[in-house]
Amino acid sequence: MADHAHHAEIDKVTGTSTTGHEWDGIKELNTPLPRWWIWTFYACIVWSLGYFLVYPAWPLVNGYTTGFFNYSSRAELAVDLAKLDVVRGDKMAALATAPLADIEKDPALLALARAKGKVVFGDNCAACHGSGGAGAKGYPNLNDDDWLWGGTLEQIEKTLLYGARSGHDDAHQGNMPAFGKDGLLEKDQIVQLANYVRSLSGLSVRPGTDLAAAKQLFADNCSSCHGDEAKGNVELGAPNLTDRIWLYGSDEATLIETMTNGRGGVMPAWNERLDPATIKAMAVYVHSLGGGK
Amino acid sequence: MNKPLRDTDLVPDDDGGPLYAAGKKIYPQRVSGSFRRIKWILMAVCLGIYYFLPFVRWNRGLGAPDQAVLIDLANNRFYFFFIELWPQEIYYFTGLLIVAAITLFLMNALGGRVWCGYLCPQTVWTDLFFAVERLVEGDRRERMRKAEEGWSLQRGSELVLKHSIWLMIAWWTGGAWVLYFADAPTLIKDLVTFQAPMVAYIWIGILTFTTYTLAGFMREQVCVYMCPWPRIQAALTDEWALNVTYKYDRGEQRTSLKKAAQARALGEQVGDCVDCNQCVAVCPTGIDIRNGPQLDCIQCGLCIDACDNVMTKIGRPTRLIGYDNDINIHRRMEGKPEIFKPLRARTVVYSALIAGIGAIMLYALLNRSLLDLNVLHDRNPVAVRLSDGSIRNGYTIRFLNKRGFDRVIAVDVSGPPNAVIHIVGADSIVPDRPMIILARDATTELRVLVDSRPSSEEDLAPSTPVAFHVTDIGLGEVASAKDVFVKP
Ligand code: SF4
Ligand code: SF4
Repeated sequence: MADHAHHAEIDKVTGTSTTGHEWDGIKELNTPLPRWWIWTFYACIVWSLGYFLVYPAWPLVNGYTTGFFNYSSRAELAVDLAKLDVVRGDKMAALATAPLADIEKDPALLALARAKGKVVFGDNCAACHGSGGAGAKGYPNLNDDDWLWGGTLEQIEKTLLYGARSGHDDAHQGNMPAFGKDGLLEKDQIVQLANYVRSLSGLSVRPGTDLAAAKQLFADNCSSCHGDEAKGNVELGAPNLTDRIWLYGSDEATLIETMTNGRGGVMPAWNERLDPATIKAMAVYVHSLGGGK
Repeated sequence: MNKPLRDTDLVPDDDGGPLYAAGKKIYPQRVSGSFRRIKWILMAVCLGIYYFLPFVRWNRGLGAPDQAVLIDLANNRFYFFFIELWPQEIYYFTGLLIVAAITLFLMNALGGRVWCGYLCPQTVWTDLFFAVERLVEGDRRERMRKAEEGWSLQRGSELVLKHSIWLMIAWWTGGAWVLYFADAPTLIKDLVTFQAPMVAYIWIGILTFTTYTLAGFMREQVCVYMCPWPRIQAALTDEWALNVTYKYDRGEQRTSLKKAAQARALGEQVGDCVDCNQCVAVCPTGIDIRNGPQLDCIQCGLCIDACDNVMTKIGRPTRLIGYDNDINIHRRMEGKPEIFKPLRARTVVYSALIAGIGAIMLYALLNRSLLDLNVLHDRNPVAVRLSDGSIRNGYTIRFLNKRGFDRVIAVDVSGPPNAVIHIVGADSIVPDRPMIILARDATTELRVLVDSRPSSEEDLAPSTPVAFHVTDIGLGEVASAKDVFVKP
């Protein structure tokens, strides 16, 4: 049991006074801390006070004390980034001036563009297209060879710069009309068309579909954008309907939905946020994913 | 309530002495003899290698460093004469460490702590520092006397001289250390002109400090209190290992020289030890070997020399202290001949292990490929279907060209039906056989696409093995790597 009587008692064995604390018969000796330890402790206190003065520390009503040297980690980062720019300066300059077609021919530039492009892609594009550019429903897969707006380096760069339906003046325009909602086609015509479009890429067709009539419907309504052969048109962002790659899905219900309500995905214009060299790097990166033409 | 303590309950056993005591300063005496000579020679060899190896040159051709032993951290290379190791070959060091450990075991099975006594850096540098101390301050008696006498101008200047020499050795030790990490002559020039990187000065500082404190002040305390090896060694040793041993069968009963002579004249049996304490005086850890094997003994053999000198002087056979073991002491006492068994199960196993691992390492080193590739399959997406129905898998391949010159390679693929390979950025005259230039002594990472056009869906399994073959167009050297080709 603890005995809290604070009377100075001398331990007979050691000759040291006890603290007067006792637990189960064991008494605590009053052994002072080593002097060096105490002084280290005081020195730490003084040191910490210095810290308060030198570094930003105290919160104030509208801010904080900035410390003697106005240190801020943000400013430190800016300095580091500036240093990085100096280190990479000529490489990035070379990237900015090199013609797009030549970048993939120069191993050093290609490596730089792919490394840089990969990081920027991860920061900006991965949210929609996935970290590897695999895409998702409504967001194109950038690894395949099917391109709404063209898959050459220049076309990819342009898409990156201005986007699609982004509101930028140079952006890709082109809309899939809402044939059903806007009353341009009847419900059963849309069903016919959907099945016809499926037949173009060798998919099964609902029994009883009049493909000949649907073909005429297609010629009248769709071929202006998708072409007579339904091979699509990169100027208008109209997809090729004869291949096996579908942005929104190839089942009948999805096609009916597409024709009824139209489609119009938006790709942002990146020229407002990223510098031309970076966009170039990104174009090379996306092109090198494999689908580029 | 608790039972009141009686004073007698708390009186400590008086055999253990106090728990803490101030360290006892040791003044080892100069000694000469065969073991001292061996130690001088080993010290010269070890320090010679350590201090001068960075200056040895080795021609590796244009663009490669010409330092025989170089740890090139900036470029992730390790050069050792004709060997050049890359980071992914770090397992050679693992092998080397294993061999080193087993060699230590073997040494221990044969001759106890030979490592401690002759080769350990702590021993070597401490020995060197002792030599300086003796040179400046005199031998044991003189040093003890001076330590008692207190301050004088003479004493002060001696101490200044001793510490200056110590610091210079320590500083040189740190200096040699950093030379292993950069071209030695250049670095020395940079160090002198204060152009060298900060980290070089910092490392010199650290090694100067550690050498000065460990060899100048900590000395035997490192061996006794800090080093784990004595503990491990004690658990590894067996009764056949030869250790520095006081042969008490011969030494006891100790008597003075005169009494021994008288006793012998009367035909009585007396020991050879004349209790002159020479073995204690020379011991760098300040122990008495006649108390039997002990943890503090680093087995430096100096007490053997000391005692041999005494024995020679009094005309008795030498090696009253020598490399021996308890088994032989008992055999002699029983009148049986001594036996030595260097060939025992453990020494054979250790030697076999060393030879085996050494052979494996040598084989690996000689058959080390200088052209290599690592394949990483794309994960997102794992596979892509192209508009014509064919299937594409993307890979990142890292090519390693360990040669000192650029070379042109061609890459072929096999496995999936109608496989076609495409490398982003590759030039090629032959269609479907991309060729690229691999920069010398570097890795090149490239994006590789493989398309497969199966004649039917069933023709391609969900996962097919795929192999990439690299051919050096000039040398004909080949390398391959496997991965899988998957269906979306
Ligand atoms: S007892 Fe002998 S062998 Fe052991 S450390 Fe001392 S001098 Fe060296
Ligand atoms: S040096 Fe030899 S003779 Fe002298 S005390 Fe040691 S063991 Fe005995």
